[in-house]
Amino acid sequence: MILIPCPWCGSRDAGEFAYGGEPTPRPDPRTATREQWRGYLYLRNNVAGWTTERWYHRMGCRRYLTVQRNTVTNEVRQP
Amino acid sequence: MVIVGGGVHGLATAYYLARNHGITNVAVLEKSYIGSGGSGRNTAILRSNYLTPDGVRFYDRSLKLYERLAAELNYNVMFSRRGHLTLAHNDSSLRTMRWRAEVNKASGVDSEVIGPADIKKLVPFMDTSERARYPILGALYHPPGGIIRHDAVVWGYARAADAMGVHVHQDTELTGIDVEQGRVTGVRTSRGSIATRVVVNCTAGWSTLVANLAGVRLPVQTFPLQAAVTEPVRPFLDTVVVSGTLHVYVSQTDRGELVFGASVDPFASYSTRGTLEFVEGLAGHVLQLMPSLSTLRLLRQWAGLCDMTPDFAPIMGHTEVDGFLVDVGWGTYGFKAGPVAGETMAECVATGRTPELISAFGLRRFADGSLVGEKGAAAVGH
Repeated sequence: MILIPCPWCGSRDAGEFAYGGEPTPRPDPRTATREQWRGYLYLRNNVAGWTTERWYHRMGCRRYLTVQRNTVTNEVRQP
Repeated sequence: MVIVGGGVHGLATAYYLARNHGITNVAVLEKSYIGSGGSGRNTAILRSNYLTPDGVRFYDRSLKLYERLAAELNYNVMFSRRGHLTLAHNDSSLRTMRWRAEVNKASGVDSEVIGPADIKKLVPFMDTSERARYPILGALYHPPGGIIRHDAVVWGYARAADAMGVHVHQDTELTGIDVEQGRVTGVRTSRGSIATRVVVNCTAGWSTLVANLAGVRLPVQTFPLQAAVTEPVRPFLDTVVVSGTLHVYVSQTDRGELVFGASVDPFASYSTRGTLEFVEGLAGHVLQLMPSLSTLRLLRQWAGLCDMTPDFAPIMGHTEVDGFLVDVGWGTYGFKAGPVAGETMAECVATGRTPELISAFGLRRFADGSLVGEKGAAAVGH
């Protein structure tokens, strides 16, 4: 499939990781409107091209990491 | 009006607009050739044994339209009604199957839970023993389910729509949607502009990109789903077999090839390249169901793009931009819904009202918190 560059373990097969997807900042629950919550829960940019995303190295160091990936070619690079 | 996407959804919408509502001033825009996207990449399985009452009556209408499609379009779509088995390998799956069977029966859909002995009668090659890695405890049996030739469905709708005056533009990519004061005024394409007050987004894989052109954001993420087909062998598998636990579904085409489908890939992507990991996993799972297939060779594999929504139900109808409608978010269940989606979207466009059959699938449901929760969809773990 593809190799994910783990800053602690090096490049490893994507099968060792869990996909975390695009980071979405959590709005303040005390002030957030319904539309903002909807956006936080459900809306993603779903970019065709380079995107920044989170992965979890579940079968390795079990740490979260950030990588850049081109969603059209699956090319991966360090942020 | 303009329909974006020349797959089964776009072409069916155009066809029913012309046939049911007499609207033929329609342009269908397809950036490649018709049926080149999800319509030609699915595994052509038809069924209506969903979990929610909304889903069941919706897909059942689609199945009814498919059953008489060949006669209606005067085009052989090779619908083969052969029965559909969804296997249960654990207690929770079996419980969901019973639940689905009751919901189905209440809606008049033929569906029942059967045990390993009856499964063995339907599929003698299946390992229904207790020695299997994931023993089969039972299955949801759905006799009206079957398979169809998906290319023929696309071609049949295209030809019938064309004959009534609809224009199908292949090799024509949408590049922009003009919106003035909250309403659609036209579209721009790689081959010129069209003035229109109505644009229907019938794309899969690119639905968020098309919606973004109109300034509409969709709760959709695009995941590839891979499939594969074997060399042809003599007919031995009559039914469609699905195992959610093993992430695999199998059917045999009229040519004798076995068609395998799976779950969506584990991360979002627009790439349609096949992977070796998929083939390895698929082969392992298939052999757990039918060990005698071990010498069969795969001919080819491919991927299609699935627009996944948070509740495994589509997004259909009007949006906040006047004149911009969506028929998207078809995840892993778009092909079987083609006819009913076309029929209801055509009604939605022609009358300006949302048909009752799709009232649960509106874009507003995500803001209102009234999600559908269709766990009877393919590729959904139970």
